[in-house]
This record gives sequence, structure tokens and C-alpha cells, in this order.
Amino acid sequence: MVTLTGTPVAPGLAVGPLARLAATAQVARPCGSRAEERDALAAAIGAAQEELAVLLARTGNADEEGIVAFQIALLEDEELTNPAYAAIDAGKAADAAWRAAMDLQIDDYQSSDSEYFRARTADLRDLFERVLGQLAGNGVEAIPQGAIVVADDLAPSRFLATDWSNGGLVLHRAGATSHVAILARARGVPMLVGVDATKLDGHSQALLDAQNGLLILDPDPATRRAFDRQRTTYALQQVADARYLATEARTSSGERIRVMINVAGPDDVESLDPAHVDGIGLVRTEFLFHGRDRLPDEEEQYRVYRRLMEWAAGKPVTIRTLDAGGDKPIPGLTREHETNPFLGVRGVRLSLRHPQVLNVQLRALARAAVGTNLKVMIPMVTLPQELERCRAMLAHAVEQLAAQGTPAATPPLGMMVEVPAAALAVEEFEAAFYSVGSNDLIQYLSAASRDEPELTSVALPGTGFLRVIRAICEYGNREGREVSLCGDLASDPRHIPALLDCGLRTLSVAPAALAAVKATIAKC
Amino acid sequence: MTQNAKGVVRVLHEVGLHARPSVRLTQLAKSFSSRIEFGPSDEGPWTDVKSIVKVMKTKTPKDALLHFRAEGTDAQAAVSALIALVERDFETET
Repeated sequence: MVTLTGTPVAPGLAVGPLARLAATAQVARPCGSRAEERDALAAAIGAAQEELAVLLARTGNADEEGIVAFQIALLEDEELTNPAYAAIDAGKAADAAWRAAMDLQIDDYQSSDSEYFRARTADLRDLFERVLGQLAGNGVEAIPQGAIVVADDLAPSRFLATDWSNGGLVLHRAGATSHVAILARARGVPMLVGVDATKLDGHSQALLDAQNGLLILDPDPATRRAFDRQRTTYALQQVADARYLATEARTSSGERIRVMINVAGPDDVESLDPAHVDGIGLVRTEFLFHGRDRLPDEEEQYRVYRRLMEWAAGKPVTIRTLDAGGDKPIPGLTREHETNPFLGVRGVRLSLRHPQVLNVQLRALARAAVGTNLKVMIPMVTLPQELERCRAMLAHAVEQLAAQGTPAATPPLGMMVEVPAAALAVEEFEAAFYSVGSNDLIQYLSAASRDEPELTSVALPGTGFLRVIRAICEYGNREGREVSLCGDLASDPRHIPALLDCGLRTLSVAPAALAAVKATIAKC
Repeated sequence: MTQNAKGVVRVLHEVGLHARPSVRLTQLAKSFSSRIEFGPSDEGPWTDVKSIVKVMKTKTPKDALLHFRAEGTDAQAAVSALIALVERDFETET
């Protein structure tokens, strides 16, 4: 038995025979006349186009469609095919000419500084092999169903053409942003990357644990039995949970619990059905500000918020203003070298020190609020004055927009409850709603850093935390103000009974946890 | 009658002109008969919008400006349509 480790990029468990995919064989064709070779290449390209058109018709979602459409567009482009025909005219055989033309393109992508462009090399190799396979007079070797497929890299179209039921995928080179990884997540195929495929010689059976990042080769009987139990539990859980995904969440006594999702932007909701959620409980807007050399302008933010509102189609969407600082630095905005960033100038404290940045965001939000169920949430509020200053800035933004004739509305203004001083005195805040940020509230109440692995047993939602939640819920119920919880705690089925017991009736969870959370609620 | 048309627009898409936006751009360009090019400034260097290989090679990042120029009987309509596509973030028209 040998155990190899890798990075899980799509969750799940699989067991089966190892299937190692060889790199494309070097096909040797006899070289005909120039006209014959030109005809052979044209026929191979035509056949490849037909194959891709069939794949395009069968694709299941926008990601798959995008990948196949890109390859079709490449084959239609004379810029790609002309050098191959030119090589034939210079005396090369069709396959050698095609190889030379494609190598040119692949090298260009391979040498790019951008991870995104390097990842497209897989699409070009895919196309290269598809046409080459046609020239050799046969399609590519079929991938067996139910196997643990191990390869250096895998072409997206081969992934799409394979039946992955009960199978799994292990790649050496691909990353989490590769097309194959996106497809594997969408299809629910367990997948690991970064596994050294050279160590597999002499093994025939494999267990793929994409929960824990393990590839176990030729397992001993005890390991195999333990894995089968783990797999059965996982499968039963998935099936049981999935039944709850499309239904409203209700407790065993029939009480309705609203379950929303936490997202970082429009990309996160693209593959989700809005009918499965009661709204978006938290939009983290930090993503708009990350990995770029300037802050997003009003128009850009407006478009992003608008896309989210269109997706939600009338359901509530709570958008949190920029929550930078702490563990989320933004160059040029957050402070460097703070002694204790989690207790430093972060969240609303930072926003109020950069009113020009907050103003742009509030204007974009007020515009996106027209005719929609948009709510604005302020992070890290400690004092009532902080919330009031934000309210005044929001009112001013709406006035400014009205004065220039731009449609705008004043969305409800609520707050994150994550600072203990605010959590213990919520009645002092004129918030339209309260959303508990459990990650920070727990770390502040327990005085234990959430990113310190040795303190995970200290930073727990204990009696003190639950007492605070109960008090907030009682106040919210009395005053008719919504109380929700949007931290990681709500996504963890183990904690849901205690949260409901405190009086919480709205939870906002990670999209991947939706089914499990609803299933857990049904048993409460 | 042959027209000349020009226009400029900013790329808002998160990863710039990657595969999907490039496909949509070339597909739309091919529906016009005019010769259409784009460049990072109004002095080029110019790239044929109808070639996906050439469009991808520009590795145009997010926030870059695209200067379009077109020549042909439908040049004006082509530039307007391409700018509208970039403005709606390469989403297909609904």
C-alpha cells in the first residue's frame, strides 16, 4: 500500500482500477502528394469541427459551452490553420504540418506570465490531439468508466466525452483554475491535482479521497473496508441532503427557517438556482477591490450589484460595504504593519477614514437599489455614531444622484454584529437588521485568534457566545427587526441546533453547504 | 458606400479578453462585412477582430481601452455593435 498526497480541487470519494493515460502517440503517416496532404488535413479539421459541434449540443452549462466554443472558434481561424497548409506546401506531411503549426501556438501560451493563458495550453493540446487523431484514422482512446484516471493533464473535451460515474481524476499538472477542475466541480467528479504520476508503476487499484487529498494505491484490506464505510456514509449523506435542496427549510415542527447564501460576487451564483435559496445574506464586496491597481469606479460596481439583483429576482440581497483590513489587506488602502490588525483600522473604521471610497460604493448601491430588494450592511460597527455617519453619507449620495437626475433609492441600512461591545448593546443602534458575524464575534469573545491552529479548541461558540446571540434574537423579535447569522458557524450542521435554540430563524451559509444545512434543520 | 468608423471602450471583464469574451467578440465581428481592427491606442498596433488567435495574442487585461476602427459598407454599425458587446461585459443580448 502506498499513500500519495495531492490538492483536492473537486470533493468526493472514488474507488476503482487505476487508468493511466499516455501522452499522445507519435503517429507516422505515409506522406502523399501536396494536394493529398492538403485534402487529408482539411478533412481531419472538418471531422474535428463536427465532433466539437456534437459536444457543444450536449454541453450542460455555460462553462462547458465556453470551452467547446473556444475550440470551434480556433479551428475556424485561418490564422491557426494557414501555417499548417503552408508547411504542407513546403513538403511536410499533414500530421507533421499540423504539429508544427500547433506547437507554435502552444509555445506562445505556455510562455505567458499569466496563469490564465498558460491554463489555455490544455485547450490547444486538446485541439491538436483531436485533429491528429482524425488524421491517424481513429478517434482518441476511450477513458474507461468507473476508473481512477491518472494523467499529466487532461483535455477538457476528453473530460466532457467521458462517463465519469463512480470515477475520479488525478492530474499532475493542472491547477485549481484549470478548465478541467471547473468541469469536475460542476459534474461532481472527485479530483486531485499536484500528484506525482511517476510513482504509480506496479499498482493497479486505487482509492481516491478528494475530501482529504489522498490517493491510496493497492490498499490493504483494513484500509479498503474503512474507505468503503466512509464512502457509504458520504454517499448516503449526499443523497439524503440533496432531497432538501429544492425545498423550503422547515424544522421537524414545521417552523420556517430562511436559508440564504454568502457569496463573493456574481460568479458564485452563476451555477446556482435562485429557487433553492431565500436570498443572498452576505455579499462580500472585497473581491471588487482585490488584485488590481486601482479601485473600482461607480459604474463598474453598479453593474456587478445589478447582476446580483437580477439573479435574485426580487429576493433580498444584503451587500456589505468594503470590509478591508484584518486578514484582508488592500494595497494603498489598508494600513501596513499594524501591531494587531484584527483590532485595528478595519471595516467601517477604515471606510470612514476614506469617505471618497465609501461614497462611490454607496452611490453604486443606491442606484442598484432602484426597484430591487437590496439591503446595505456595515461591517465592524462598534459605536452608534459610526452607523449614523454611514446613514448620513448614504442619504447624501441619494440626494446627489437625484440632483443629477440619476435614478436612486435609499436601501435599508443594517449592521454586522461582530464587536462584543455592540453585540451587548444592540438596542443602541438604529439598524434595520442585525447580522451576526460569528467568525469575528467568537474570536473577540474568546480572545483567541481565528487563524491560530493551536487555539481551535479555545475559539468555540460556547455558553457566552450563545447567550449573546439569544439576547440579540430576543431584542430583534420584540422590536420586529430581522436577526441573521452569516458566519462559517451557520454552514456547520453540528452547530445548527444550538443556533436555532437561541432564536435564530435566518441563516446565511456557503452555497456548497445549502443541502446539508436544510437537511439538518429538518431534523431539529 | 464605404464608411470609416472609430470608437473606444474599456474592458470591464474580470480577466480581460480571455477565451469566452474573445469568442463572442470574433463571432460578432464576423457578422459584419467590414474590415474591423482594434488596438490599445488610436495609433495601433492594430489587430484583426475576426481572428480569435490574434485577439487572444493581445492578452488584453481588465481595464484596458479598446480602440476600434472599421472600414466597409457596415463600418459604423459594426463599431457600435462591438462597443455595445464590450459594455455589456460580453453577455449575449437578452
